[in-house]
Amino acid sequence: MKLLQNLFDSIKPHVEKGAKYEKLHTLYEGHRTIFFKPSLTTGPTGVQVKDAADLKRVMFTVIVALIPCLLFGMWNVGHQHFLATGVVDATFISKFLLGAGQVLPILIVSYGVGLGVEFTFCVIRNHPIEEGFLVTGILIPLVMPATIPLWQVAMATAFGVFIAKEVFGGTGMNILNVALTSRAFLYFAYPSQIAGDMVWTYLGDQVAVDGFSGATLLSYGAAAAANGTEMMAGLGGHWYAGMFDFWNLFLGVIPGSIGETSVLMCLIGATILVLTGVGSWKIILSVFGGAWVMGMIYNLAGTNSFMLMPAHYHLVVGGLAFGAVFMATDPVSAAQTETGKWIYGFMIGVLTVIIRISNPAYPEGIMLAILFMNVFAPLIDYYVVEAHKKRRLKRATI
Amino acid sequence: MPQTFHLKKGFNIPLAGRALLSEHEISQPDSFAVKPSDFKGLVQPKLLVSVGENVKAGDPLFFDKGSEEVLFVAPVSGEISEIIRGERRKIIEIRILADKEIDYKAFQKQTKTDINNLTRAEAIAALTAGGIWPSFIQRPFGVLANPSDEPSAIYISAFDSNPCAPDMAYLLRGKEGVFQLGIAILNKLAKGNIHVNLDSSEIPSVFSSLEEVNINKFSGPHPAGNVGVQIHHIKPIGKNDKVWTIDPLSVARIGTLFMEGIYDASKLVAITGSEIIHPHYVKTYSGACLDKLVAENFKKTNARFISGNVLSGENVGVRGYLGHFHNQIAVIPEGDEEEFLGWMLPSFEKLSFHKAFGLFSFLIPKKEKVLDTNTNGEQRNFTISGAFEKILPMDILPTYLFKSIISNDYDEMEALGIYEVIEEDVALCEYIDVSKNDIQAIVREGIELIRNS
Repeated sequence: MKLLQNLFDSIKPHVEKGAKYEKLHTLYEGHRTIFFKPSLTTGPTGVQVKDAADLKRVMFTVIVALIPCLLFGMWNVGHQHFLATGVVDATFISKFLLGAGQVLPILIVSYGVGLGVEFTFCVIRNHPIEEGFLVTGILIPLVMPATIPLWQVAMATAFGVFIAKEVFGGTGMNILNVALTSRAFLYFAYPSQIAGDMVWTYLGDQVAVDGFSGATLLSYGAAAAANGTEMMAGLGGHWYAGMFDFWNLFLGVIPGSIGETSVLMCLIGATILVLTGVGSWKIILSVFGGAWVMGMIYNLAGTNSFMLMPAHYHLVVGGLAFGAVFMATDPVSAAQTETGKWIYGFMIGVLTVIIRISNPAYPEGIMLAILFMNVFAPLIDYYVVEAHKKRRLKRATI
Repeated sequence: MPQTFHLKKGFNIPLAGRALLSEHEISQPDSFAVKPSDFKGLVQPKLLVSVGENVKAGDPLFFDKGSEEVLFVAPVSGEISEIIRGERRKIIEIRILADKEIDYKAFQKQTKTDINNLTRAEAIAALTAGGIWPSFIQRPFGVLANPSDEPSAIYISAFDSNPCAPDMAYLLRGKEGVFQLGIAILNKLAKGNIHVNLDSSEIPSVFSSLEEVNINKFSGPHPAGNVGVQIHHIKPIGKNDKVWTIDPLSVARIGTLFMEGIYDASKLVAITGSEIIHPHYVKTYSGACLDKLVAENFKKTNARFISGNVLSGENVGVRGYLGHFHNQIAVIPEGDEEEFLGWMLPSFEKLSFHKAFGLFSFLIPKKEKVLDTNTNGEQRNFTISGAFEKILPMDILPTYLFKSIISNDYDEMEALGIYEVIEEDVALCEYIDVSKNDIQAIVREGIELIRNS
């Protein structure tokens, strides 16, 4: 430790005010505080002791909660690859390694580009390196298909960090969720690499088995609605029997974005976030609630077989669970008031299902629903706060 | 029948080093000081003494330009040894080299019948001349009360819920009579609207036989003992209201002033904190220099000497002086050292209100903790929502209130409750803030903005 401290101490004179590299001071501090909790103490007045938690630890908690999704995602990329290419005797390790080989480069590009933009801004604006990107950097790969070209990951990350965060003033000031902004950028700029039936399963240079289709359940639904066929009955003819059984969907052994497929892993993450108090259980619960209620409404109104898909299927397909647990709960872009969180989450759930079923252009709706509600979160909060003020005024004049 | 309020929100900090209920003899400090900064809302203190002058305990040292009849008096007799000034000649400390035996200025003693016949104006005149008045604090704003106002009520918090706080009943030991008399005088100021707020345990004898007061009981974690939180639950104040608060010790001093005709600045002080070898109580006077109070009773480490508690006290140093309103000294380790991966490593020892990764202190909430002065992280933008709301037991949205202050939005501040809080009420918010903002300073800034608008 002493060695590392000495190393930092030897760099310090070169980045202090007035020294040659003074502009790099924030980078120096940022790196030092990763290894060492700083020696800052409380002021002469105000609290003399402070809570042990800081933003670094809170963000680290989210990363810990994301690890199950990440590891499962790596395995599932390999698993789907071997399923699609007809290799039946692939081992757990070979699946995991193949998936990791696809996922890790995406993760490295995401962190590399994102931190690069972050550091550049820190130096230009002379503000400390903020921890927000530690989480964003892992969220971005998890909402990408494993087949995404790395240059697109780099473009999307740079766009997200720059447009969604830095122009607003950095972590804590952004309006939109940064990772979803990155994904939305690709979705509209390069749709053929992030949408459609062929992107979700990594085939490599192998040839898929006969009858293979990379379609997700949602694109099956959209197709059934368009063709007037029976969706749920048609699933029996899927190239891989049992793929879209409810419990298989719940476990997430299906094609999809890297980290979003497994509801089980998302729920493990949710448990960590809720127990540690980092994520709002109100938001998570209300997203699921909103999606289910809207699914039921479609069931009642049902005019095609996609609308008649049992409402609880909405909770286990697509990215709803991942979005509810890790994206909607982003404390900066979500509603801040406790009442507002219920409304915000519920509307995300409702909008997701509306987009899924009623908008033929977008098979999945969670990304757009969250971004849309990010924009509306301040409005929700405004009305909740106004109601609070009215109540306070009434109480004070009694 | 006392009214009982059950507060759920809050957080008790189990700081190591609570004082045992025993009084320890010490040799009294030679040096005492009165600090104008202890009193909020002063316009401009005007000196009435100069260096070298001799004063008796109770002789006026200065008055404030804002209300000239209110006198700030010497706690002990002796020679004015030094007047410390800061920028723009602002008075920081008026130091007194104390006599060995205290010589008291004689005020008029009053008999029971005198007191019964006392008018409100006469009572106020006696209190302002007798040096007690600066202990009256006005809400909203937490500033020096104006003697010409008529408050709708006077509130006394008779327990302290801060970390390692002194036992109020112990501080008032043997002062039952003067305390009751003090209450009688307060009734001259706000007839029938004197509130004494107690915790939920059995009522201590000093408060059990009070006449003409409303007793309220508060249960729950800190800040249940903060008078601002108590007022919020008893009868919240708006912009047109004015109430006063006073601490129990000053109530007893009022009694002494009228009964014995002296300004009695003696007080018991709890010597607390993990760096104190024997945490106990010592008897001294307001404004005492800390050095003799802690004497050899602290571990020879890199320690911080705080007048008051660790949430709203002040780092004065071992040669600093006890604040006027402080009945406690806290001595805790300085945390000016780096810790390898300190932001990440799991720990049972690090105290946190949050349950973020690796912070397991919530599993053993009663275990006493040694806390140092490290900020445990760097300052950031407000990021996490919902935590302040979980800790402030008031019908206030703290995050929105703080943001309205930061953006200087007067209407929002007013509507969101700036009139109901002072620094100490939001001290826990500052403690738990993962973004490490100076929230007490933000709130004081907001109060001053509104006061001067």
